[in-house]
Amino acid sequence: MDKSTWTTKVGLAQMLKGGVIMDVVTPEQAQIAEDAGAVAVMALERVPADIRAHGGVARMSDPELILAIKEAVTIPVMAKVRIGHFVEAQILEALGIDYIDESEVLTPADEEHHINKHKFRIPFVCGCRNLGEGLRRVAEGAAMLRTKGEAGTGNVVEAVRHARAIYSEIRRLQTMDEDELFTYAKNIQAPYELVRQVAETGRLPVVNFAAGGIATPADAALLMQLGVDGIFVGSGIFKSSDPARRARAIVAATTHYNEPEIIAEVSRGLGEAMTGIEISKIPRDQLMAGRGW
Amino acid sequence: MTVGILALQGDFREHEEMLQRIGVPTLQVRLPKHLDQVERLIIPGGESTTIGKLLAMYGLIEPLRARVREGMPIWGTCAGAILMAQRIVDGRADQPSLRLMDMTARRNAFGSQLESFEIDLPVEGLDGKPLRMVFIRAPVLEDLGHDVTPLARLADGRIVAARQANMLATCFHPELTSDERMHRYFLEM
Repeated sequence: MDKSTWTTKVGLAQMLKGGVIMDVVTPEQAQIAEDAGAVAVMALERVPADIRAHGGVARMSDPELILAIKEAVTIPVMAKVRIGHFVEAQILEALGIDYIDESEVLTPADEEHHINKHKFRIPFVCGCRNLGEGLRRVAEGAAMLRTKGEAGTGNVVEAVRHARAIYSEIRRLQTMDEDELFTYAKNIQAPYELVRQVAETGRLPVVNFAAGGIATPADAALLMQLGVDGIFVGSGIFKSSDPARRARAIVAATTHYNEPEIIAEVSRGLGEAMTGIEISKIPRDQLMAGRGW
Repeated sequence: MTVGILALQGDFREHEEMLQRIGVPTLQVRLPKHLDQVERLIIPGGESTTIGKLLAMYGLIEPLRARVREGMPIWGTCAGAILMAQRIVDGRADQPSLRLMDMTARRNAFGSQLESFEIDLPVEGLDGKPLRMVFIRAPVLEDLGHDVTPLARLADGRIVAARQANMLATCFHPELTSDERMHRYFLEM
């Protein structure tokens, strides 16, 4: 029997495809998310919108809270660690949760090195803004990717930018000959072997979700139509006026992303979405997507 | 013969690609109207609570049960196997489900993701070498009724594959491997 193989790590992400992973800060919210049809929950102390408002250093959440959320649901539980903070990751692995998000939403612990994720039995998801960044994370052992977007803004523009960048780069790769692939790999600072694999298969080596700023069923369906495998919703659900209803609507829109009638139906009378922020109004040093490399 | 793959959530694309390699036409099933166009159905791996919710929300449970009663072959992998069991333990009490096979599915029988594993084991009805089985937060099958035949067991005796007439359930994911034998077995049911 072989435990924690690459196939089982990547495989869990494959089981989450077509689904919605929701940020929750209490066991009660976790149950609302599960009842609404979430495929997994991200357990944390503060959703990104509150991290943004609160300021200061954002760290891994209290293990007590993470365990209470794990107790409350039967679906997989994820939690975040700071970029490069491999001891926070060791702690989450010891807690026996299902997936770690090495996340730019928390304050980075290391400005040069991401976690060497090959050393862990627990699988990792990491954010990326383009193909090169995504493949660097896979080379370090990430078994799942997501766009960075700009978390806690309720503004989908950055997630769209990142998803478009990734899939247009993949399409371009497929038209290149081998000579060009070597140069392209060098230019995007990604391992040649992974670049060649993407060129051959026409897809990323791991599952890729959208994250960062998704607030409505239409946002979720937009990203799905752009080609992502599933959706993370952070602040968008529990910062809205009717979280349970909005959560169900985003789940339905993620499954039926190609059926405008269904998306229209679930979007009716949802109440107030979270208040959005224009990206250009955020001071540069408070942008999260630029964290990591 | 078109094989439908329930595409509400989960690894439906992996099943689709396996069947396309074999050369069988496939159709993604998301709504009742799609169900009328298929002769067989696979329920993929995923989250059983999510898939069950979406089955109920879009009116698929009764039409699907009716087709299976009429004899349509159906196969559930992992979450799919849970949805096919008449009884679910360690699930949500109100979890919507298809309740087709006379057996109990114990959800997350091995624990968290850290206990997910791969193993080679024989399957009754498959010739040749043992099958590579990938278990991801997998269930096991218990309390099989008289009409249900166990097809594979772990070393400790726990049942991980079973068949009842036109219904097949596996707790593992043949669609995540390159071995086509389990899919061919289903196509011959």
